Amino acid sequence: MIEANDLRKRYGSNAALDGLDLSVAAGSVHGLLGPNGAGKTTLVRILATLARADHGTATVAGFDVARQPDRVRQAIGLVGQHAAVDEVLSAGQNLVMFGRLCHLTTAHARARAKELLDQFGLADTGGKAVQHFSGGMRRRLDLAAGMLLAPRVLFLDEPTTGLDPRGRAEVWAAVRGLAAQGTTVLLTTQYLDEADQLADRISVIHHGRVVADGTPDELKSRLGDDRLEIRGDPDVLEGVMAAFGPVTVDRDERKVTVSVRDRMAALSAAMRYDVEDVTLRRPTLDEVFLNLTEEGVTA
Amino acid sequence: MKWALHDGWVMTHRELAHLARQPAALILTLLFPVLLVVMFAFVLGGGMTVEGGGDYREYLLPGMFAMTMMFGVESTFQAIATDLNRGVTDRFRSLPMSPAGQVLGRNLADLITSALGLLVMVGCGLAVGWRWHNGLAGALAAVGLLLLLRFAVLWIGVYLGLLSRNPNLLMAVQILVWPIAFLSSALASPADMPSWLGALSAWNPLSATADATRALFGNPGEGQIWKAVAWPLVLVAVFFPLSIRQYRRLSR
Repeated sequence: MIEANDLRKRYGSNAALDGLDLSVAAGSVHGLLGPNGAGKTTLVRILATLARADHGTATVAGFDVARQPDRVRQAIGLVGQHAAVDEVLSAGQNLVMFGRLCHLTTAHARARAKELLDQFGLADTGGKAVQHFSGGMRRRLDLAAGMLLAPRVLFLDEPTTGLDPRGRAEVWAAVRGLAAQGTTVLLTTQYLDEADQLADRISVIHHGRVVADGTPDELKSRLGDDRLEIRGDPDVLEGVMAAFGPVTVDRDERKVTVSVRDRMAALSAAMRYDVEDVTLRRPTLDEVFLNLTEEGVTA
Repeated sequence: MKWALHDGWVMTHRELAHLARQPAALILTLLFPVLLVVMFAFVLGGGMTVEGGGDYREYLLPGMFAMTMMFGVESTFQAIATDLNRGVTDRFRSLPMSPAGQVLGRNLADLITSALGLLVMVGCGLAVGWRWHNGLAGALAAVGLLLLLRFAVLWIGVYLGLLSRNPNLLMAVQILVWPIAFLSSALASPADMPSWLGALSAWNPLSATADATRALFGNPGEGQIWKAVAWPLVLVAVFFPLSIRQYRRLSR
């Protein structure tokens, strides 16, 4: 549904995209994970026809973003980093306006606006101006505006940045609902748990290139070893470490984390000491991410 | 083309909805020039003389009409810069709408608001004793020239808005507008200014419109109509292509 080949884009001396390839299957939620300045927003702007690549090609819903921008615009919805809605108008007025600009008839635009207000839990905001909305409500309106034409592809650029946990949960629920209806979603985020929660596949972007690609589980298992977390008296933990090799004990947190290959052997080794708690877990995406982006720096 | 008109109308409708939802802002915008008329006609007007004789209020009002049109640059600037800053322009650009529609909507909405402002000012002028003396045709021609000036500064506002993308710079635009307004024949005759300032004022496009409308209304002052047509056209010829270029730069 989205194909990008060797996309390059420079801003001055800075290469925002440096030979990026991407392939997103129809009906999937694809997460683009990367630190600030990795090139996520530049990529979304190119795919949504807002910016032109210096080099390379991209198609969205089968249409070339450079040669058939109008066809692409018919097929996409864009929810950018700002809640890009008119602050002075009400939620309903915004949706009717955007609907008419998508060339729906006035009656159809009104009906669609009403549907979306219900779907995104905004029906009771009435005539209230958007400037009096909470952050979560604004983003939901933004999402609704991105959904006006029931797009085949929806771009979500950091949809939960700056939201409180409640607002985040609201947006996540909305994204899950869209994915369930079969919309292809390309989601950028700097939050690993967000990508973990929502995405079927994740591309980790660093310095304008994809440095890793896979399902959240595949990415986690790339780091291979499980993590053993042991809590207890720091002095006891120092003793435990003798069995596992040179790892520093976090004295403030009263815990130590080690990667282990043989889980059973490691567990029974740890249990021989007088510790308070032993946890065995998969690496978190945070650990994967730090590992990958540090590789990127040294490469 | 059909969609450009349709989208332009939807965008105009949006701006009119803004006015309806923010009546206080609209009233302030409309009343500010009225306040200026009161200040200049009653507070400062006693000390003003008109070159070649004549009533100062009769001289002042066409100048104030032209100034009101020039102040329009501020609202155009603010609307363009706010949409860019908030990402609303990007949303419009990602929709299958006509780009010409965005521009057309801005133009229609600003011209409608300014025509409304002009109507209020004409009412205010009539209330303080200003009259037109050359019949309705002359008066309507003058209104046409005033709206032509508004159309020209609209493109200055569009260009500056696209250039800055920052609505907080409105203050800077306001600071620029005032000296331009005062260094013209809008409030006082350039003949009464020091010669170099007078020369500068005589060349001000605002003076061209103010003087030409004085002639058409039959108010004191001398003006050539061709100048009031030529100047706005020159401004559009400069700022329209600049605006288009700046708009294209958004794709970078």
